[in-house]
Amino acid sequence: MTFFIRNNPPCTARKGHGQCRPAGFARSLAIKVLGDLFVEKILVGLKRVVDYNVRVRVKNDGSGVETDGVKMSINPFDEIALEEALRIKERGDASEVIVISVGAPEAQQQLRTGLAMGADRAILIETSETIDALSCARALHEIVKRESPDLVVLGKQSIDDDNSQTGQMLAALWGRPQATFASEVTLEGGSARITREVDIGLELIDIELPAVVTADLRLNEPRYVKLPDIMKAKKKPLEQIPLAELGIEPGPAIKQSLYEPPTERKRGVMVDDVPGLVAALHDKGIL
Amino acid sequence: MSKILVIAEHDGAVLNQSTAKCVACAAELDSADIDVVVFADSGADVAGAAAKLDSVGRVLTINRPDNKHALAALLAPQIVALAEGYSHVFGPSTTFGKDLMPRVAALLGVNQISDIMSVEGSHTFKRPTYAGSVIVTVEAPADQIVVATVRTASYRAVSSGNSAPIESPDVVVDLPGHTRFIELRSAESDRPDVQSAARVVAGGRGLGSTENFELIYKLADKLGAGIGATRAAVDAGYVPNEMQIGQTGRIIAPALYIGIGISGAIQHVTGIKDAGTIVAINKDEDAPIFEITDIGLVGDLFTIVPELMDALD
Repeated sequence: MTFFIRNNPPCTARKGHGQCRPAGFARSLAIKVLGDLFVEKILVGLKRVVDYNVRVRVKNDGSGVETDGVKMSINPFDEIALEEALRIKERGDASEVIVISVGAPEAQQQLRTGLAMGADRAILIETSETIDALSCARALHEIVKRESPDLVVLGKQSIDDDNSQTGQMLAALWGRPQATFASEVTLEGGSARITREVDIGLELIDIELPAVVTADLRLNEPRYVKLPDIMKAKKKPLEQIPLAELGIEPGPAIKQSLYEPPTERKRGVMVDDVPGLVAALHDKGIL
Repeated sequence: MSKILVIAEHDGAVLNQSTAKCVACAAELDSADIDVVVFADSGADVAGAAAKLDSVGRVLTINRPDNKHALAALLAPQIVALAEGYSHVFGPSTTFGKDLMPRVAALLGVNQISDIMSVEGSHTFKRPTYAGSVIVTVEAPADQIVVATVRTASYRAVSSGNSAPIESPDVVVDLPGHTRFIELRSAESDRPDVQSAARVVAGGRGLGSTENFELIYKLADKLGAGIGATRAAVDAGYVPNEMQIGQTGRIIAPALYIGIGISGAIQHVTGIKDAGTIVAINKDEDAPIFEITDIGLVGDLFTIVPELMDALD
């Protein structure tokens, strides 16, 4: 049972914590009955991608991108998604955070990192094939049906494909709300108020739970993993499920036939001073 | 023959330029038959603007109170109901289209192509990946409807000399009540929007503070330019998020871009590569942005920018 007070009382003890929320924590503050959680389970997707700092190179034959010996990491947006889930759990609003990845066996590394950050358990849906966004969303949906999370948090896009699709597709298949590009998440019992970063500013929407939220850059700053936590993470459960077991045929429904570097812009002129700059702009007919 | 449905983006009153760019992309398909659909609560003005766009065969308006705000969960089922008979459904690769189109694709049971930058065939397109470092040619199955977003910076808006018929077909679908619009917080500004501005002045971490960012505003106003920023400048709180340009922000193609105090991280550069002329002012002569600039000037922005404003007087 959950009660809402819309006028932000200055201080309210909640759930036996007996502590105040920091000022401005939420537009509507919820008082909850002892032992009641906003959400039970949060499912977080982690994708293994080429590290943010690596300058990727196209293979000479145009068949793909060079990944041999390249540093791989958790997709940065997914790390933000996980951080948000962990913060929700740590302030007592959720009981369990599950990290999930769909991909090669090597993605266990990223799941272990997620466990070291604080997730409770991990699921790897294993496939050696390159998986398309729709199949990935279908796989996640199968796990959603098994685990019944109240909240699924994913990164808003992966920095390899730059697709920005999986969260929206999962929400569609699941028939639940989606809140993409989130920069603030406020849980309010059976619903959540999400601030979304959109082209023209910030959009606030309310969504009923369960729902899918995708994380934007400014949602939070993910924590660093501490060494003892890496040791502890080794003992946390990591379940491996072959993709085929979920009854999903990974069809790269959209063929990726040729990879090429972009046409680079040519380096232009360097000018020495402002008059030189103004003259160069005049030469180009801009001023 | 390709029959394309373009989803119009608008704010309830004005048709977003992204729509004219989607139409331009759609028009590159062989013998393209293009319809534009406007979802609104009362979309007569927007539909009127869409009907003027060249290459458009027909405008469809779906007026209902639920369509007052563009919520993907509400629009997607309506698009699915309309999609039958179309070979392609296109939306812009703006936050509006990126939010909406994957939901449409999943409901139709197909994959989605993000950020079309060129049309190679009715089902073959090029798109950027890895922050624009890798261009991939993708081919959608010939027997499926193609759902895609169009990278608007890659296209010029079609002109407005048309007068296509406007129709209001019935779309009977139950819409979910689980998603509600609350409000939009948008910085009031008389300046041109960074997405459609012919000139853009952008600032980076080099500005150092919100106060110093005033320099960018002043120079922009002198040039009649829109204002952009790097992720670092937005993260530091100098400017609001809608000014962010790059891989995770807005992708722009102004005639003139002036980057000030911007080092040129690849994630930012991918958002400005299509600009006509790129100018950079930075104190570090080794800053990567100089690799792609047409006109570069090394020096202290705090002396150069005021000097430049004087020179422009």
